[in-house]
Amino acid sequence: MWAYLPSLCEIFFVKNLNLAWRSFILSGGLNDVGDYRDPLFTLHADGIIMSQPPAQGFSRRNFLRGSGAAAAASTVVHSAAAQDTAAGSAVIAGETSIAVRINGESKTAKVEPRTTLLDLLRYQFDLTAAKPVSDDGSSGASTVLVDGKPVAASTVLALSVNGKEITTCEGLGDQIPQAFVAHDAQQCGFCTPGFVVAVRAFLSRHPDASEEQIRAGLNGNLCRCGTYAGVLQAAISLAKGNQNG
Amino acid sequence: MAEVNYSWPQNHKSRLIGKRVDRLDGLEKSRGAAKYTYDVNLPNQLIVRALGCPHAHCRVISVDATEAAKVPGVVLVHRINAPQSGEEPIEIRADGTLLVAVAAESDAAALEGVSKLKAQYELLESFTADHDLAAAEAKERTKRAGGGIELDEALGEPGDDEDEEEWEEKTIQGLFERSAYVVEGNYGVDAITHCCLEPHGTTLHWVDNKLKAYLSTQNVSQSDDGFAGGLGITADEVDVTCEFIGGGFGSKFQPNYWGIAAAEIAKQTGRPVKFMLSRDQELKIGGNRPSGFIKAKIGADENGIVTVWDSEHWGTTGFNGSTVSVGNFPYVFQPKNYRRKATGIITDNEPSVAWRAPNHPQACALTQTAYDDLAAKMQADSLDIFLRNLQNIDDPDKASVYAEELRIAADLIGWRRNWHPHGKGQKQGSVVEGLGIGIHKWAGTANSSNCLLKIHPDGGVESYCGTQDLGTGTRTVCAMVLAETFGLPIEAVKVNIGSSTYPFSGASGGSTTVGAVSESHRRAAQQALAALFELVATKLGVAADQLEAANGKIVVTGYGGKSMSWREACSLIGVRPLEITSSYQRGDASPLSSQNVGGCQMAHVAVDTDTGVIKIKKMVAVQDMGLIINRKTAESQIHGAMIMSISAALFEQRINDPASGVFVNSGLDQYRLPRLGDIGDLVVHLYEPESERARGVIGLGEPPVISGCAAISNAVCNALGVRVPTVPLTPKRVLDALRTA
Repeated sequence: MWAYLPSLCEIFFVKNLNLAWRSFILSGGLNDVGDYRDPLFTLHADGIIMSQPPAQGFSRRNFLRGSGAAAAASTVVHSAAAQDTAAGSAVIAGETSIAVRINGESKTAKVEPRTTLLDLLRYQFDLTAAKPVSDDGSSGASTVLVDGKPVAASTVLALSVNGKEITTCEGLGDQIPQAFVAHDAQQCGFCTPGFVVAVRAFLSRHPDASEEQIRAGLNGNLCRCGTYAGVLQAAISLAKGNQNG
Repeated sequence: MAEVNYSWPQNHKSRLIGKRVDRLDGLEKSRGAAKYTYDVNLPNQLIVRALGCPHAHCRVISVDATEAAKVPGVVLVHRINAPQSGEEPIEIRADGTLLVAVAAESDAAALEGVSKLKAQYELLESFTADHDLAAAEAKERTKRAGGGIELDEALGEPGDDEDEEEWEEKTIQGLFERSAYVVEGNYGVDAITHCCLEPHGTTLHWVDNKLKAYLSTQNVSQSDDGFAGGLGITADEVDVTCEFIGGGFGSKFQPNYWGIAAAEIAKQTGRPVKFMLSRDQELKIGGNRPSGFIKAKIGADENGIVTVWDSEHWGTTGFNGSTVSVGNFPYVFQPKNYRRKATGIITDNEPSVAWRAPNHPQACALTQTAYDDLAAKMQADSLDIFLRNLQNIDDPDKASVYAEELRIAADLIGWRRNWHPHGKGQKQGSVVEGLGIGIHKWAGTANSSNCLLKIHPDGGVESYCGTQDLGTGTRTVCAMVLAETFGLPIEAVKVNIGSSTYPFSGASGGSTTVGAVSESHRRAAQQALAALFELVATKLGVAADQLEAANGKIVVTGYGGKSMSWREACSLIGVRPLEITSSYQRGDASPLSSQNVGGCQMAHVAVDTDTGVIKIKKMVAVQDMGLIINRKTAESQIHGAMIMSISAALFEQRINDPASGVFVNSGLDQYRLPRLGDIGDLVVHLYEPESERARGVIGLGEPPVISGCAAISNAVCNALGVRVPTVPLTPKRVLDALRTA
């Protein structure tokens, strides 16, 4: 019998879905699809940067994007913050300078605690390959590498990447893009850069992945045009190239 | 200049046309270098976010922006659908309708500003139960949406003293009584949303009183008019650019009211503005496809040939209260006798817009599931039933093509080997497999298109056309047509599209673009080549009709290799470039394009009867489309359409809370779309015998998205022996159907 990943709407069909409830669903939804990504690993609350993974039931994005969400999530925030203080994390507030390496270049930027990595890339550095499709990362369109690991840049705070190495699609080189062109693994192309980064991350872990592994392992990215057949062939060709190499 | 006979090169002479050519902008997109509307960052730009109405049906009494305006970084609060103080409340009929926009220095500040808006609403009763005709009637939420009856002339006419409707009813019932088989069923297709990954929106600024707008649009050439109309200016005061668009399936034809608001905010602040919908807003108001639910009854003779169809269907297009167009029923199949009736339901949803193949996927699923249920009832092979009923289809001339396409698809999916009567498959554990079919049609007529072509005396070739590339490969098609005509490598021509300052080309909707740009570019190129041949002929002392363009040269045929290089030939033009403006008008008869395609799809599914989960094992699409320009991107279109069919058949549905009417799953975490692991094996067969090539170019965007949903539903029915009546076929619906069977 197959495992059934339920349509959450089907199970939790509720009246007047409130934000706290929605937050819970968001964190669950991410795990369903973010098969190769780390779970949400950093979040902040009014200037608090935490080094611990969030307690389940908290959505960073809802917190930082609205006062209504803040009210709904405040209890969890306090308990999470308390844990965090115990672990000895710093408290940062206001606009802060960070230093990062992006695609091999050292950069500095001033960011607010609520600035996401995606906003940083797109609005301060005009690096627009990572796309704003879904705040919660469920589309994978904002996928970038942080110290070599794939993350959805829309779910990561800029402060948390201070001192880290960021690689966006623009900095990945042409090997994977060329395979995407050869197998026409794109139509409108809006999801494509996120997919390119995801393929890189996946093949780094599974350099000689089989077709079956690829079908199981590239489910963190959504495409609306339906280019999966091409992406699959591109990834297969790259994995074969790896095997041959 | 000699008159030009427009034509396509013969198959054996084509170098590019019909071949597999990489899309020209592929590397730009996959490197992340392509700039979409969302990606254009103008210096000193403001980011705009808006408050969407949280209620499906209400009156907005007031929106207090005092606190929002105080948020650091907020520059302007702009009312869209919210009364000023003292004004009458505004009635809102759809969840998500934009009320007030906030422009700020950053996205986060704009969102914080929106969160500080204090709105007062008077809640009104909402209704979103589009599947429930009785409830809608009780709430007076219905509108007639047409109908009619066609009866075989042999059945005679009502007598002078007979009531016409009574006679029709009696005649229809008589046909059912004389039928060897009668099948009755209820079927449904839920509403779905466009869910473009790049949401609707614009980045724009005013430069010297002229509006320069980047717009995510399928309609570059007419969006300057769209802005102008909304702003009370003239189209010459607006330039629209769209080099790349992140998804457009029929919902992006105008700037929309938020685009107009963006222009107003930019005017008022004197700064560039970026206003893109949020994900939630994109799903709620960015466009949706109507739902359809049907009660259908069919009667057939002993061979399974349908003799009578009788249906009533309903559904919603939102608060404008229509449903899937009644004219599409029954779909492709057209028995000699049919009666149909449609009722629109007025729900508190955003009105529907065109959605890839408007009306067809729903009509196909709602018709051909009933035909498949006839096969199930007879315990006959669905393929045989579909084949036999090709004798009664709406375009009889296509019957032999459908038959051939079905034969090819059956071979590719192993129909005869894998088929079993409905519900009689061997279970492997809790899993049972099944096969299903759907067939479809589409016009695909070429749209109007103009092209400005310049041949420079140094040999350079460039074209300008106000079309757009939705990801279908339009840019590449333009280049292939020019390069083929001139015998040049594809890199030698520079294609310019995506600006309203270029010559007019029609909107990309209804599979009209490949025909449109093939017409305009081939015409311009053939005219230019004829002019060039005149010059070369004089120079070489030969007749112009002896010349051919091939391999970067103008060659004299039959003259032992006498030729002139392309560049040398172009130098004969003189000092100014040769400029040709070609024009094709939609509807003009032409040897280059035509219309009316068909195709079929078959699905092979596996269903877990314990969990209700359906997996696609394999899908096959066989599609005719006249002459194929780029085989590679044509296949991609079909792959994508099959995946969209899987999406609609298994995953996608707009869910409105029955009490509040709110669209509860308006995020990508819950509005389910298929992922890479959900697609199974997809097989595409491009049906292109010489008879198809001879028809010229016909559009391909819509047709392959139509019949996949019917095929999947039928395959599931074949597996289970039970119809899961409404798509998407969610696990819960599968289990419910099994329980109640």
